[in-house]
Amino acid sequence: MTTFWSLWVIVLTLANLALVCWVLFANRKVAVDDQQEPGNQTTGHVYDGIEEYDNPLPRWWFLMFVGSLVFSAIYLVIYPGMGNFKGVSGWTSVGELKSDQQKAMEKFDETFGKYVEMPVEEIAQSRDALKMGARIFANNCAVCHGADGGGNYGFPNLTDNDWLYGGSPEQILETLYKGRQGLMPPQGPIIGEEGVRTTAEYVLSLNGLEHNAEMAAEGKKVFGQVCMACHGMDAKGNQALGAPNLTDNIWLYGSSREQIQHTIRGGRSNQMPAQDDKLRDDKIRLVAAYVYSLSRQEEVEQ
Amino acid sequence: MTTTVAKTGPAPDYDYNIVRQFTVMSVVWGVFGMAMGVLIAAQLAWPQLNDFFQPFSHFGRLRPLHTNAVIFAFGGSVLFATSYYVVQRTCQTRLWGGWLVPFTFWGWQLVIVLAAITLPMGLTSAKEYAELEWPIDILIALIWVAYAMVFFGTIAKRRTSHIYVANWFFGAYIITIACLHIVNNLAVPAAAWKSYSYFAGTADAMIQWWYGHNAVGFFLTAAFLGIMYYFVPKQAGRPVYSYQLSIVHFWALISIYVWAGGHHLHYSALPDWTQSLAMIMSVILLAPSWGGMINGIMTLSGAWHKLRTDPTLRFLVVSLSFYGMSTFEGPMMSIKTVNALSHNTDWTVGHVHSGALGWVAMISIGALYHLVPILWHRKEMYSVKLINAHFWLATVGTVLYIAAMWVNGITQGLMWRAFNADGTLTYSFVESVVASYPGYYVRFIGGALFVLGMLLMAYNVFRTITDKENAEQQDNTVPLAQTA
Repeated sequence: MTTFWSLWVIVLTLANLALVCWVLFANRKVAVDDQQEPGNQTTGHVYDGIEEYDNPLPRWWFLMFVGSLVFSAIYLVIYPGMGNFKGVSGWTSVGELKSDQQKAMEKFDETFGKYVEMPVEEIAQSRDALKMGARIFANNCAVCHGADGGGNYGFPNLTDNDWLYGGSPEQILETLYKGRQGLMPPQGPIIGEEGVRTTAEYVLSLNGLEHNAEMAAEGKKVFGQVCMACHGMDAKGNQALGAPNLTDNIWLYGSSREQIQHTIRGGRSNQMPAQDDKLRDDKIRLVAAYVYSLSRQEEVEQ
Repeated sequence: MTTTVAKTGPAPDYDYNIVRQFTVMSVVWGVFGMAMGVLIAAQLAWPQLNDFFQPFSHFGRLRPLHTNAVIFAFGGSVLFATSYYVVQRTCQTRLWGGWLVPFTFWGWQLVIVLAAITLPMGLTSAKEYAELEWPIDILIALIWVAYAMVFFGTIAKRRTSHIYVANWFFGAYIITIACLHIVNNLAVPAAAWKSYSYFAGTADAMIQWWYGHNAVGFFLTAAFLGIMYYFVPKQAGRPVYSYQLSIVHFWALISIYVWAGGHHLHYSALPDWTQSLAMIMSVILLAPSWGGMINGIMTLSGAWHKLRTDPTLRFLVVSLSFYGMSTFEGPMMSIKTVNALSHNTDWTVGHVHSGALGWVAMISIGALYHLVPILWHRKEMYSVKLINAHFWLATVGTVLYIAAMWVNGITQGLMWRAFNADGTLTYSFVESVVASYPGYYVRFIGGALFVLGMLLMAYNVFRTITDKENAEQQDNTVPLAQTA
């Protein structure tokens, strides 16, 4: 804020408060002193039969008013408010946030600090660590992946041991730190509508779903020329690319004929946001351990 | 039971026709706007009610329709009716303005109808309480200028030497709302029903809440204090308690209120100094706000017994109690540390409604019950018992509403800020929604009771106007203005 606008704010504020003080004190005493005299009790104005008493300001109300003005004056000395004047306390909202975060960080070093170095497999052995991981997951991940990690349309299920980018601790950590950008390019313009339909039948057949065998045979040819580049000749996918396994009857965008055709025709684009600027290292490791444990529910329960 | 029919004085040829028109529409829009409120309250309790006529029936489209209908259709019509009535009677002269007077009525009704069409269609400028798109905003500006000309034109040709305090408040509200409406709605039109705000980012937010808060401060507070200053002393038959208090709280209220809007943006990108100023101005507002309550309630000293028999007076006095309560709550919620708990919770909704139902609607209802017999030359309302029933429905409804929202708001605020020892949030957002359901049901019941009362009023007003037997009120006389 320039000095001009700062002065603008200060002058307007003080002028308004001065006006209020003046009005308050100037009208403190009644206009007519002798209240005992019946003729002096009203102002003498009559509007449509309504008269006005000349009573003084109630004392408690006057004092309350003065009190709020004094409070405000003190507040404006201590805190920012008068234009560029920072206030004697030096308080800022950003400063308060930073100091709160600092305190929290110090506290978390005690609770989380030890997990920075610990291998994910080892963290996943600790009941307490998994509980913390579950809460971090609930705060940050559940909004897409569901409270139980079971996923949703477009958001992978994390409990089924079927991995787009791999389920080793290192791969899970990479997913969390850097995020993932899933991209299935649109094939409609390349293989044509006929190609879309036949390939969809082939993908249905791979999963043992109801399909047209004749068309699937055609689709297999298209698949062998185009889709195999990412999904592999056996259609079992490629975790290095995030290309899903198309033979396990697990679906991110649905298994109906229309949905599969839509995926092939128009492609899909998806993003797992990177967490490295959102969560501390130890928190990321705790979440990684929790996700790692989700896909091994049975082992954990044993 | 009886109701005091005010002494009306030998009338110059007052223009009551315009007052009658706005009075009838006040009742109509009151029922409509509040029923819309009950509908959206029900949608929050039973979300499947959003679906009965999608997308027009969606909460997001009906909520602005509710707020516009109760504030501008109901509240606006009440203010036009009462300000036109009060300015004529306290200035002892007929309204000035010729065709401008009916223009304000038909124009305002057109605005309301346009709002009721465009808002469910999803046409909105996305500014709270100023959702209407630019063609309607221009129409409002024209009507408002006409309103100002009629009001101040009438003041200018008054036959009394002084201007009565009610007219100070009406005048302040008319001038300030004109400024607020025009500045906040400055926009660049992109199509017939689409525009972009002239302001951007934090500045846009600040302008919006400078407008939003003063829509409350001037439309819903100052103007309704104008109603209070006429109808309370008139219905009670007592002089106003203190002229000194009127002067002090008027100037303090109208000069301080315009600073306070920033408290809607605590802990936001708004600069710290702006937030602090908004907070201290809000704290200072407590005393000026209570000045009006004191002046109203103390006016009854010497006439308390009338409360036993006159339900119209009860409406007026209880509205002042709710006014005092919500103007204590407001400054408290503007304190940053309290706001950290209350912001974005149902507490805000409860606070608004303790003002909107308890203060604005109740004082309006009281004023309307006072007005109807006079305007249609009746001895009294068709049924005083129905007024009494309405009073209890309104009071119980309001109390249920606010209490439910207090409980919900504090519950939500505490759940959102609860942390585990490891720094994670204890509750997910949806858990706070689940915890809010009991409050949503109670709020729905409270609102439904309030609307039921409005339906009784509509029936009572209808019978009062149409029943011939009640007709033949004489103009009981009060000497013409004894001005000094």
